[in-house]
Amino acid sequence: MDHQLDQDIERIKNLIVLMEDNVERAIFNAFKSLMERDDALAQKVFELEREINSLDVEIDEDCIKTIALRQPVAGDLRFIITAMKITSDLERIGDLAVNMAERVIELNEEPPLKPYIDLPKVFEIVRLMVRDSLRAFFEKNTDIAYKVIKEDDKVDKLTEQIGNELTLFMIKDPTTINRATKISFLTKYLERIADHAENIARSVIYLVEGKIIRHAHQSKSS
Amino acid sequence: MVGEKIKAESINLNFWYGTVQALKNVNLKIAEKKVTALIGPSGCGKTTFLRCFNRMHDLYPNNRYEGEIFLYPDKVNIVSPHVDPIEIRMRIGMVFQKPNPFPKTIYENIAYGLRVRGINNKKVLDEVVERSLKGAALWDEVKDKLNKLAFELSGGQQQRLCIARALATDPEILLFDEPTSALDPIATGRIEELIEELKEKVTILIVTHNMQQAARISDYTGFMMLGELIEFDTTDKIFTNPSKKLTEDYVTGRFG
Repeated sequence: MDHQLDQDIERIKNLIVLMEDNVERAIFNAFKSLMERDDALAQKVFELEREINSLDVEIDEDCIKTIALRQPVAGDLRFIITAMKITSDLERIGDLAVNMAERVIELNEEPPLKPYIDLPKVFEIVRLMVRDSLRAFFEKNTDIAYKVIKEDDKVDKLTEQIGNELTLFMIKDPTTINRATKISFLTKYLERIADHAENIARSVIYLVEGKIIRHAHQSKSS
Repeated sequence: MVGEKIKAESINLNFWYGTVQALKNVNLKIAEKKVTALIGPSGCGKTTFLRCFNRMHDLYPNNRYEGEIFLYPDKVNIVSPHVDPIEIRMRIGMVFQKPNPFPKTIYENIAYGLRVRGINNKKVLDEVVERSLKGAALWDEVKDKLNKLAFELSGGQQQRLCIARALATDPEILLFDEPTSALDPIATGRIEELIEELKEKVTILIVTHNMQQAARISDYTGFMMLGELIEFDTTDKIFTNPSKKLTEDYVTGRFG
């Protein structure tokens, strides 16, 4: 039993738990700051993102060191590779949370356009996708991972619906264009976060089953 | 092994040291001009299996083979009592864990295999000595001292001399039994490079304790335990995503 490798893996897992916690808080605060029109809360997202970025670097460095010093193979190697991929998805989610916070601060300068109905639904699905994708990773559970991948379709449908609504708003009343565009951006950011959660889920399938299912529709073997 | 030409194949191979069964129903195909590595814990039977290929076990009484090892293209059964082990050893050479040159000159170490076959023509011998030493990447280092005793060479050079000696009879398969376990990393690197070059001409079967070495140099890897072949697949599959849990536990160092 290679205790050092096990310790390295445990340490990387713990860092990913920390990173996930920060990412969840970042997207939660970004969305809450929109609903409550709270600039101070939006500002907190920027701090969280800095923390997320430094964890991203720390995890990458740990993974590289582990590869160099312990030469992991098989399941251990797949874990390290997956950890590196997952953290870059988490880091991108952090960036998108920051983009959300920026748009929220801009939106808060103007009166609200309309009550949000579908957007909170999208947010709730996306938030759970992020959480479940990480749960799938920690539990090495492909059932959860496949569920996350399926959820992405719901997000795509809802965001398209929101996009159509916003277009109608803008056609009816051009003074709403500025705000409607920003809300449209917010929707897009949530959709992108869902895509990253889906990537994480796909990485989990690689971790557990050793098969790469990204771009499956394009590869020769499919 | 799709698309590979098979050089040798063991079929339901069993082997006994007296009453102790050391190999149990081993079925393994060896691809031509590829490197096949055998890994597994001490006592798993990998060296026993390797030694069947040039009938090394015949040197001791009470050893018993059952099953077949076919050598292609003529499909001769290597372990059949009707097949002459000397003939087999001409076609299948072996390199051991520790370099074991004969107490002779560098030249005579290589010429020996031909001399015992009655070949004494100096021109032929000179040519074979040069070709074999070149094949073992040793020629440039020893060409000016062919009449020196082999023991004067360094450990790594002695091991390459043994490889050259094995090459002298133009074998179809080379067997390596942990060929670098007594060598430093530089000498190990040279042998590994050499194996890479040799596979253009010969089929190689290697037993190694060093899993990184198996990963670096082999095309196929077999994992053995308690006399059985547990898993056999391409080397990249064995080291990235083995099918059996036992294999995974072994290659990740979580054994037992």
